[in-house]
Amino acid sequence: MDIIVCVKQVPGTTEIKMNKETNTIIREGAEAIINPFDEYAIEEGVRIKEKMGGSVTVLSMGIPKVADLLRETIAVGVDNAVLLTDRAFAGADTLATSYALATAIKNMESYDLIVCGKQAIDGDTAQVGPSLAEKLGIPHTTNVKKIEEIKEGYIRCQRMTDDGYETIEMSLPAVITVVKEINEPRLPSLKGKLRAKKTEVKLLTAEDIGADVNLCGLKGSPTQVIETFVPEFEVKAEMFEGSAKEQAKSLADALLSMKYAKRVD
Amino acid sequence: MNYFLTEEQEMIKELAAKIADEKIAPIAIEYDHEGKFPHDIVKYLAQSDLCGVYIEEKYGGLGGGVFEMALVVEELSRACGGIALAFAGTGLGTYPIILFGNEEQKQKYLPDIAAGKHLAAFALTEHDAGSDAAGVRTTATLDGDEYVLNGTKQWITNGGEADVYTVIACTNKDKGARGFSAFIVEKDTPGFTYGKKEDKMGIRASCTRELIFNDCRIPKENLLAREGMGFIVAMKTLDRTRPGVAAQAVGIATGAFNAALKYSREREQFGQPISSFQAVQHMLADMAIQIEASRALVYQTCRHIDSGAKNISKESAMAKVIASDTAMKVTTDAVQIMGGYGYMREYPVEKMMRDAKITQIYEGTNQIQRNVIAQELIKEAAKQKK
Ligand SMILES: Cc1cc2nc3c(=O)[nH]c(=O)nc-3n(C[C@H](O)[C@H](O)[C@H](O)COP(=O)(O)OP(=O)(O)OC[C@H]3O[C@@H](n4cnc5c(N)ncnc54)[C@H](O)[C@@H]3O)c2cc1C
Repeated sequence: MDIIVCVKQVPGTTEIKMNKETNTIIREGAEAIINPFDEYAIEEGVRIKEKMGGSVTVLSMGIPKVADLLRETIAVGVDNAVLLTDRAFAGADTLATSYALATAIKNMESYDLIVCGKQAIDGDTAQVGPSLAEKLGIPHTTNVKKIEEIKEGYIRCQRMTDDGYETIEMSLPAVITVVKEINEPRLPSLKGKLRAKKTEVKLLTAEDIGADVNLCGLKGSPTQVIETFVPEFEVKAEMFEGSAKEQAKSLADALLSMKYAKRVD
Repeated sequence: MNYFLTEEQEMIKELAAKIADEKIAPIAIEYDHEGKFPHDIVKYLAQSDLCGVYIEEKYGGLGGGVFEMALVVEELSRACGGIALAFAGTGLGTYPIILFGNEEQKQKYLPDIAAGKHLAAFALTEHDAGSDAAGVRTTATLDGDEYVLNGTKQWITNGGEADVYTVIACTNKDKGARGFSAFIVEKDTPGFTYGKKEDKMGIRASCTRELIFNDCRIPKENLLAREGMGFIVAMKTLDRTRPGVAAQAVGIATGAFNAALKYSREREQFGQPISSFQAVQHMLADMAIQIEASRALVYQTCRHIDSGAKNISKESAMAKVIASDTAMKVTTDAVQIMGGYGYMREYPVEKMMRDAKITQIYEGTNQIQRNVIAQELIKEAAKQKK
């Protein structure tokens, strides 16, 4: 089973610097780490490989320094590392990112499963995984907390929901995005670190993967960030009192006033 | 300070530091209070390939030596000296096999230890054999193809948790220490049981127990080296593992120092951080000086030993004495700098002070170490005169 794990470099500190003009994150300079959710994706990929054979390739789009982070993943069991790096990719939104990743993946020989973290801790959009699946024309499941079964051409997994989970079957190849409940990422090993030292990260430009530069980077990014904020979910509760009949009337009136119901006489 | 570690040694240190900071530090206080044995941490060490850093490559290790072992012990001890002992105690139990095991014994026992599947222990001490190791009363009598062991070992680190035990027993009562032999005893051998777990002042996440041998029969192939070599096996082993105790002490001291330095910059009294008081500053400076001096001697001693040097007892003893005395002093001062908070069990520093004490006692008390150092000095001087 050949597995691709998409990973992203994110700032390791909480002080994120923004480019005021483009409203994008300035990545140079800040201490960089692998997006924590992607660590679970890597671990899951490596576990599947260990069980079924095959290979795990990490794929990222980013500045050249990201190669160092990708090399570290070799120490936890990844086999190959590929970095898309080119000025043309700079300033990409989720659309342009998934375009670049999908284009690179189409060039790869074969793959059975693509694993992503559920979201990146900097942008928090959770869009790249599903968007990537759409671009590749393959099915996807988000927020996977457990893979129940995986075999040639088939996967059954549990997708975490607010109040439990649902079981989803898909044909492979497919994309899954994983939550942190799925596993406990292993620590790097010394033998792995020694192997990592010798591993070359494959660097690819937009031209190498045959990407249309107009669909890459800032040019290919229609998203304009106007403001970032945490959406508020409010649950309002109103208690009705009185006899059962009075309560029923109050409830009916309330529903009517909120236009959730229509009176039928 | 740049100690010019090799790239591999840097990696070992980094991996051990990661386990210390991410896995041990968060649970150290709990494991201390509850006296919990760190099986989970051993698993992490195994995952990271650290269990066999001092074991030859052909037995599944990394081919390092005493230095690599010490680097791991130091880093782990920064977070918890007791938890580090699961690893260090295994080193102590394994070195007799590394140094004196024959090919079959090495092939049989080292790979599982290198892989972290098995822990080891070393059993010399008895009720009447403390500093005076020649007081061993446990006997081993050859009966056909087996040795029969009888006697009780006391205060054995990893006792009950280890799978492989190196045991020093007497095979010839008339010869004193020259009548001792070293044996490998496996856990679950009939006639081999454990006493209760000792309730200790410090290193409470380490397990210390009696080993009780009652007509315990072991195959005669489990004899290490030859009959009569037991005392030498023990002494040569301890020469190589004392730097491990020293590294444990450096680690504990470093952990306490870091906590005290951080606290001194945060705690304000008289309208200023306590780190602005010269009395505190000088304490911090002295702590740092002593730690760095200890570390330098420990590291250099390790290199001296790993270079294959023949005379290592004096150096090994010196490293152990300076590092353990430093750990006791530094942890006490760390508690002092942190005032009442330092004394509270919710914070890790009082534990470090309790943990530090053992490093002055085991693997030969510091008094005994000074005896060894002085004897060596006098011997050397006598030689020069001739
Ligand atoms: C937590 C713990 C773990 C241990 N783990 C192990 C283990 O894994 N394996 C093992 O074999 N042993 C182990 N030991 C035993 C340890 O090595 C001994 O406790 C140590 O060697 C000291 O022996 P003792 O306790 O009998 O002290 P004693 O020998 O009774 O010493 C008492 C005091 O007298 C002093 N003294 C004794 N003789 C002299 C002398 N000639 N000159 C000057 N001063 C002297 C000592 O320095 C000490 O201060 C452990 C002990 C403890 C407490």
